[in-house]
Amino acid sequence: MSEHGSKATTANAGHGADAPAGETRRDFIHIAAASVAAGGVAAVAWPFIQQLGPAADTRAASSAEVDVSKVPEGSEIRVLIGGMPFFVRHRNAVEMAKAVADDKLPMRDPATDESRLVKMQDGTYNKAILVTSGLCTHLGCVPVGPAQGSTGEFGGWYCPCHGSHYDTSGRIRKGPAPKNLAVPKYEYLSTSMIKISL
Amino acid sequence: MSGPSTYEPSNGLTKWLDQRLPIVRFNHDLMTFPTPKNLNYWWTFGGILAVCLVVQIVTGIVLAMHYVASTQDAFASVERIMRDIDYGWLIRNIHANGASMFFLAVYIHMFRGLYYGSYKSPREVIWILGVVIYLLMMATAFMGYVLPWGQMSFHGSAVITNLIGAIPVIGEPIKTYLMGGPAIGDPTLNRFFSLHYLLPFVIAGIVVLHIWALHVPGNNNPTGVSVKDVKKDTLPFHPYYTVKDGFAIIVFFLLFAYFVFYAPNALGHADNSVEANPLQTPAHIVPEWYLLPFYAILRAITFDIGPIEAKLLGVIAMFGSIGILFVVPWLDTSKVRSMRYRPIAKQLFVLFVVAGIGLGFCGANDPDKFVFKFGPDKLVVNYVDTSGVAQVSGRFDNFEGAGGAQEFIAKLPPSSGASVAVSEEGFKWLWLSQILGAYYFLYFLVFLPLLGIIEKPKARPPSIADSVRKKHASVPAAAVNPAPVAAE
Repeated sequence: MSEHGSKATTANAGHGADAPAGETRRDFIHIAAASVAAGGVAAVAWPFIQQLGPAADTRAASSAEVDVSKVPEGSEIRVLIGGMPFFVRHRNAVEMAKAVADDKLPMRDPATDESRLVKMQDGTYNKAILVTSGLCTHLGCVPVGPAQGSTGEFGGWYCPCHGSHYDTSGRIRKGPAPKNLAVPKYEYLSTSMIKISL
Repeated sequence: MSGPSTYEPSNGLTKWLDQRLPIVRFNHDLMTFPTPKNLNYWWTFGGILAVCLVVQIVTGIVLAMHYVASTQDAFASVERIMRDIDYGWLIRNIHANGASMFFLAVYIHMFRGLYYGSYKSPREVIWILGVVIYLLMMATAFMGYVLPWGQMSFHGSAVITNLIGAIPVIGEPIKTYLMGGPAIGDPTLNRFFSLHYLLPFVIAGIVVLHIWALHVPGNNNPTGVSVKDVKKDTLPFHPYYTVKDGFAIIVFFLLFAYFVFYAPNALGHADNSVEANPLQTPAHIVPEWYLLPFYAILRAITFDIGPIEAKLLGVIAMFGSIGILFVVPWLDTSKVRSMRYRPIAKQLFVLFVVAGIGLGFCGANDPDKFVFKFGPDKLVVNYVDTSGVAQVSGRFDNFEGAGGAQEFIAKLPPSSGASVAVSEEGFKWLWLSQILGAYYFLYFLVFLPLLGIIEKPKARPPSIADSVRKKHASVPAAAVNPAPVAAE
């Protein structure tokens, strides 16, 4: 071991005579070897990190088609897509009128009722159908609605965790939640079928 | 500190082995390791923690033989362990309560280190490795709590992963990589199971480093005075501390057994006996008790500072409250290790312990409920005034009668939509958590650095041997000190 070590020292000194002081060919070899090793580690690490992401079947299941004509008026259905809850609400005439009437009131997250709807294929709105995310924007609880017997002070949804009240357009009106119930990406495939995507 | 090894192989086999794998020598050196003779029972928690880790690994391996990591079957498989598998109830109760016992012991162990200055030079690395172990314990416990797939498992983990999503830029991708999908589901459960099985062995590895680092400078002791004379100040680890630790472990097991046999669900949450339902959130989400103080700090931040939103600030405060432990050796500027001789620091430390426990209670309670009420509940009227702005009336003692809410409503126009509500006023848990959380950070960031400069410490004993002799001065000398003879 010691014999080998002394040989290396001699060889190094020989190179040192040719190279500028402080830098040797051996330094270059060290840096090059370490770079190759780091590149190799990074290349191997990538698949091991990427496998943690959503798998192809999970991604493929990231949308669902819903027949909105099956939702009873004045009530809603709850859809789970990839484990995320969504509300599809069939509003009655009073609820629709109230949502539009409140458009001008001061709100925490101002939005008109129309801006929270998506046009059908013919370019008109189906104002009776409101589609929102089912997660309270405060801490991600699932608010209760007409089917659970509580719609909060503004007739929309009520989050029992920390008392957020949403109106019939899913807008935050009272309580700690900072934002309106999110409107997901969705489109009308026909007058009664919608496709919700994550 | 240990000096040259005193091991001498006694026969041909041990001599042969000693030159090839000196494992007997290694054990001999650990057992004869010179240990300060004045260690009190607060020093037994290291041994207790080692036992806790072994208990968790052994029971965990058994549970993994019966558990099924799938959202369809997880809850049922845990119920099967509890009902159908012979002694499954016992093993699972030991594992579930063992986590609580593990954290109880680690908190006492950490408070001991903070009080006696065990994190100070030359023991900084021991302390830092300890904080790493503590972090790994929290990660392991969090993932383990998800596995039974109860309501609290599911929604608790949803809250925590959502927190990570609050971190700007990198938060969302990390959250997705953690969950393996848009929400907590099968991929999440499987990876948590895998990591929950792995991390205890990582902890065991760091424990080896922790003990290795301990055996370089040796133990701190209640006086904080360094060992000056190995013969006078120390005793061999075995039998003196193996017996002392052994006794403490037995006493600790009594408490452990009480929970396992008489109150196995006392430290758990009833909601976790209900299978996870992504569409229904429990009314009140709380983590396990040992994480409550940090949960309280997270929720204490309800205000924005500049451009940083409250939610992100809460996450920063929560991680900061744990991260700050890494730099404690450099925040504490005092040259004196033990708080026995630090009159001001000692009192602030007691307050720190109280704040820590108080934060635990804050975390368990609804932040908007009251620690105590200022007076009896009253009535208020919500109404809309003539210009269409929502208003809240003053507080009324009664509904009916003169000066009551009814009289007030009668005066309002019919279009005001008046409704009566109960108004409670009191000291909110939120405010308590803000006060205690502020103290937590003040203690580390202001008091510890400042005290080293302004505090005048009391006189320390010249040596460990002197401190022991002085304490037992009234006892006849011969009875006091048989120990050094044994040490030789």
